[in-house]
Amino acid sequence: MARQPDGPPPPPTVQKLRIRYAKRGRLRFASHRDLARTLERALRRAQVPMAFSAGFSPHPKISYLGAAPTGAASEAEYVEIGLSVRCDPEAVRAALDAALPQDVAVVDCVEAQEGTGSLADRIDTSVWRVELPGVAPGELRSAVEAFLAREVVTVAKRTKNGLRDIDARAPVTSAFAAEEGGCAILHVVVRQGTPAVRPDDVLAALAAVADLRPPLPPRAVREAQGRLDDTGTVADPLGPDRAASTRCQGEHATI
Amino acid sequence: MTGETLYPRLEPLLAQIQKPIQYVGGELNSQVKPWDDAAVHWALMYPDAYEVGLPNQGLMILYEVLNERPDALAERTYAVWPDLAALMRENGVPQFTVDGHRSVRDFDLLGVSFATELGYTNLLEALDLAGVPLHGVDRDETHPVVVAGGHAAFNPEPVSDFVDCAVLGDGEQVVGDITDVVKAWKEQGRPGGRVELLARLARVDGVYVPRFYAFSYGPDGAIAAVTRTRDDVPARVGKRTVMDLDEWPYPKTPLVPLAESVHERMSVEIFRGCTRGCRFCQAGMITRPVRERTITGIGSMVDQGLKATGYEEVGLLSLSSADHSEIGSLAKELADRYEGTNTSLSLPSTRVDAFNVTLANELSRNGRRSGLTFAPEGGSERIRRVINKTVSKEDLVRTVTTAYANGWRQVKLYFMCGLPTETDEDVLEIAELAVEVIRAGREASGQKDVRCTVSIGGFVPKPHTPFQWAGQASAETIDSRLKLLRQAINSDRRIGRSIGLRYHDGKPGVIEGLLSRGDRRVGRVIERVWREGGKFDGWSEHFSYDRWTAAAAEELAPYGVDLDWFTTRERTEHEILPWDHLDSGLDKEWLWEDWQEALSEEEVADCRWTPCYDCGVCPTMGTEIQIGPTGRSLLPLTVV
Repeated sequence: MARQPDGPPPPPTVQKLRIRYAKRGRLRFASHRDLARTLERALRRAQVPMAFSAGFSPHPKISYLGAAPTGAASEAEYVEIGLSVRCDPEAVRAALDAALPQDVAVVDCVEAQEGTGSLADRIDTSVWRVELPGVAPGELRSAVEAFLAREVVTVAKRTKNGLRDIDARAPVTSAFAAEEGGCAILHVVVRQGTPAVRPDDVLAALAAVADLRPPLPPRAVREAQGRLDDTGTVADPLGPDRAASTRCQGEHATI
Repeated sequence: MTGETLYPRLEPLLAQIQKPIQYVGGELNSQVKPWDDAAVHWALMYPDAYEVGLPNQGLMILYEVLNERPDALAERTYAVWPDLAALMRENGVPQFTVDGHRSVRDFDLLGVSFATELGYTNLLEALDLAGVPLHGVDRDETHPVVVAGGHAAFNPEPVSDFVDCAVLGDGEQVVGDITDVVKAWKEQGRPGGRVELLARLARVDGVYVPRFYAFSYGPDGAIAAVTRTRDDVPARVGKRTVMDLDEWPYPKTPLVPLAESVHERMSVEIFRGCTRGCRFCQAGMITRPVRERTITGIGSMVDQGLKATGYEEVGLLSLSSADHSEIGSLAKELADRYEGTNTSLSLPSTRVDAFNVTLANELSRNGRRSGLTFAPEGGSERIRRVINKTVSKEDLVRTVTTAYANGWRQVKLYFMCGLPTETDEDVLEIAELAVEVIRAGREASGQKDVRCTVSIGGFVPKPHTPFQWAGQASAETIDSRLKLLRQAINSDRRIGRSIGLRYHDGKPGVIEGLLSRGDRRVGRVIERVWREGGKFDGWSEHFSYDRWTAAAAEELAPYGVDLDWFTTRERTEHEILPWDHLDSGLDKEWLWEDWQEALSEEEVADCRWTPCYDCGVCPTMGTEIQIGPTGRSLLPLTVV
């Protein structure tokens, strides 16, 4: 039998909060691990009553959903935390936002409602916006057209097991070129899968099909994540919890 | 424009390199002051990678102390990895600070903290990237004054061509004095240029300006004389000592990096200095006397620091933390205070003493119980008498067994190899000890899964210690003893599999030895190595022994000396050592007597509890031992 520390087990999780946060500016260079550490410390500084796992090395109950890659900014990162004391989600949002670095913003925080299913099941697609400084908008447009005309575009991706060929075309459900203040912008919607196709891979594909080679490093922002619907956009993954919570409050009000 | 941010030029480069987060700044509790608000601008450098440099206490303290002054501004800079350095050179981006991303070239002072001599090549790399001439004599009054500090600054001669000043001892007060001097000189319109500024700095207590001292050498290669070249600078430069630690509760708001660092915790220095008298230990010799922070002072630093950082672990830092006069009540009261908060407290490696297991149990009761570390340093009782770190084999085994019996599963033991008078047998006793520890540990805990890690490093003789005269063991000697030790540990697999052996080969230690006890002639070797691509010498993947030995052979030959002359050669009593004109307070005659006692295996007791043994520090420096107990206790914190 495994050894257990003396004393009572830690208090149970009584409430789960689902949080959407953004990483912006300089902190786009933070990795998933960097952000995880920062978040854990901010939770402590904000004195959020976290629930902990049992055992000799207790860890706060935090589940991370697929993180945007190092170097990419994001307006839509998600995390779920377990609390040992019930709290007002908006108060936690504000306290955590104040405790985090300026370039990390807590955008939304809702209580997970029972019966609405897991957060992970509500996310299968990312919406990206990629600024391409130094690229002519017309050049991007024709590259995107050439890319969409293909059924398969194979690119080499660096994975844990070395370079591997992946298809960067199939997971892309839509893509179009735009222009803002003279800068070419790529909007692309990508289904999440394994291995993940990320903005870098899509850009590698544009280089392969149309020899598009940005002279300056592109800047990617994940604008949204969620489940792809029939209209080609994604639904807010916190929507079901918000809806259930409103319904619930409505019921209380009638009693 | 000076003080302008380089970030827009840096950012495109960050997308192309490893771990860009280390260069963006914005750490919790960091600050960027407006450039024009400050009269004096300090760039503070830790000459190693960000992950090593960020947690450095010394740099964090000075960063806060200086930034608290309205007329000063301090920003941090670290060694840049080769991937970014190459891009910076290609794109004309100079060495920058991580706070304001300002060019290091724009600052009035560049303070570099040398915890180890292996950072010297990184200083040269940073100066070159900054666009600051490598040699002090080539700089004009628009260039930053390069100030070396840290323990290695107690023999700055090997880097004396590259630094303008070296600061001896505690930095808290002297940085303020230096700031005052620079401010006045600037306000007066920089009279006399750079030389006048350096001359004024040379008159600040604790500041050594190498260019005002000349070295001459005798026919045997040894130093014939060190003489002043101006009579308005001191003949000997003494160290600075901060006397009341409670008045200097820094860092108040420790920096918390986003990037991973080597210490994922905050630290509170519970006392400074050590009088245990371990003869190998430079830190213990040059930081005397012992000055304790009071239990209440520590309590409030822990409280404020945790609130400011969100760390879940606090290290109670010092050279021998269990020796604090109130460590027992401190441990208990802190553990009581943080009961139920998942905050753990830890001591760095401790002396071998059963009391320390009790302490560790107490400190870890709220948090993670990882491994326990003890530092017996020497493998045999005989060699432990030589180094003055006396503990019997029985006590050692009993202590470690107590740890296993208390639920600790992993014990780490630190040793050194290549100590003066050491034989193969002294090192082989480490294996016997480890085997005995595992046997007793399995019995005491009733478990098979107890582990013992033996961590062993080559000994490097350091200036201002009784071993400063010793011949350093060669890399071959170290490597052959380590090989014998490995074989001995593996000879019985049933026990050997519970023992981990961690060691480094002897080569980096030889170069560290050259840089530690070198004189001005070694500067040419450092420069040659850097010109041939040497940097990050503390990292095995970057360190090149062959590059160092080739450079040493060629650059030292014209002087009639060589690598062995600086390392494996034993010095004689009256040889002029390159640091004799730098005063750590230790009496050279006492050091020599202590060296002789080491050779005859005689011990010396700690002066905190036994009469003074006349090391010289207190009378020379006008200081005294400051220890408790204060008899005070920690007030309970108000529950929020």
